[in-house]
Amino acid sequence: MSSPEIDALTQALARLPGLGPRSARRAVLHLIKRRETGLMPLLRALEGVAENLSTCQTCGNVDTRNPCGICNDPRRDSRQLCVVEDVPDLWALERSRLFPGRFHVLGGRLSALEGVRPEDLTIDALVARVANGGIDEVVLAMNATLEGQTTAHYLAERLERFPVRLSQLAHGLPVGGELDYLDEGTLAQALRARRPMA
Amino acid sequence: MHIQCPAIICGIRHHGEHGVILRAMTPDDGLVAGYVQAGRSTAMRPVLQPGNQVVIDCHARSETQLPSMRVELHHSRGPLFAEPLAAAGLQWLTALTARALPEQQPFPSLYQALDAALAAIEAAPSARGWVVALVRYELLTLIELGFGLDLERCAVTDAVDDLIYVSPKTGRAVSRVAGEGYRDRLLPLPAFLRGEEVPDLSALLEGLKLTGHFIARDVLHGTGHASGQSSGQSLMAARARLVERLNKMVA
Repeated sequence: MSSPEIDALTQALARLPGLGPRSARRAVLHLIKRRETGLMPLLRALEGVAENLSTCQTCGNVDTRNPCGICNDPRRDSRQLCVVEDVPDLWALERSRLFPGRFHVLGGRLSALEGVRPEDLTIDALVARVANGGIDEVVLAMNATLEGQTTAHYLAERLERFPVRLSQLAHGLPVGGELDYLDEGTLAQALRARRPMA
Repeated sequence: MHIQCPAIICGIRHHGEHGVILRAMTPDDGLVAGYVQAGRSTAMRPVLQPGNQVVIDCHARSETQLPSMRVELHHSRGPLFAEPLAAAGLQWLTALTARALPEQQPFPSLYQALDAALAAIEAAPSARGWVVALVRYELLTLIELGFGLDLERCAVTDAVDDLIYVSPKTGRAVSRVAGEGYRDRLLPLPAFLRGEEVPDLSALLEGLKLTGHFIARDVLHGTGHASGQSSGQSLMAARARLVERLNKMVA
């Protein structure tokens, strides 16, 4: 038996993705045993995020500053803009450290079945950013799903009147992918996007 | 309950962290929903895309239980996602099927028509080649759901010739003579829907206008959505984007 406070903490953790009641109990016990090195730093980190959390008004990223660290970074190439569906996609691209430009988070993708329409996303804000000028290339980094790609086509249509280069992430073989295990759709995309070897 | 058959994927919804709830159109059991374990894995994501032809293996202890489903890819339509018009057509056809049809009621002719329309999108060199299949699929959907249009004879004069309008209220054809004074209020009836001529793109757009009116009014009207917004409206918005693209082709 544990106190109501510990129970509440366990229940709160159990609602997190990847955790169930059992793993939440293990996490709580871990934190209780390591009060100074585990619980207090976690508490301070949670408080820091809760107090300062905000959505960047420029790009839609989630950060503790507004504008976010990426939009504020003067080393970023402001002529390149990468459009992503959601914040996890932005963070995934950031982890790779391959894209030197700035981002725009749509907040989802068009979905006929889930009732997501263009006005539910930050598409107007994206068009306004591009219309303001100073952007040479827009990279449409949508997911390779039907909904992701129809969103990319819609964005391409909305942005085609601006003097910017529109590009899209390549589709095809993943690193470490073996042909024998790939589906024919991925193989077809890979074959279509084949390139000459120097 | 045990269903093992070919199917066309029409809708996917994430469930939990790793699973998805799949809605697929089958030849003999109509629209079937089931839970696919690990449906969000890297191996299954390309398989579970709308429009793909798969073989499903569905098990449930009772008729009321959501079945668990195993899915094997038969034919991928992933390459179509790169084409704006084809992707929009594929999205509309599968979304309409997933939203409009009741589950586990057989619609064998709709399955065949859906398969044919998707195959036409794949095979046709341009949208002109497959929009006719899409319009016919919408017409068939209306018929199968009990909202079929009467395009055989005039609602006013009973004439069978020179039918060029459809009443937006009754869904019945109207002849040129009878509809003359009301043409602003009537919908155009393109000749290809009466099997009279090979359609051009403007006739196809007229066909889409006709079927779109009745799909919105009779099939999708009032279909609710968890977000509070009418899913019929958002579905029709997706269709409107498709029609807008086709209009640009005509222009």
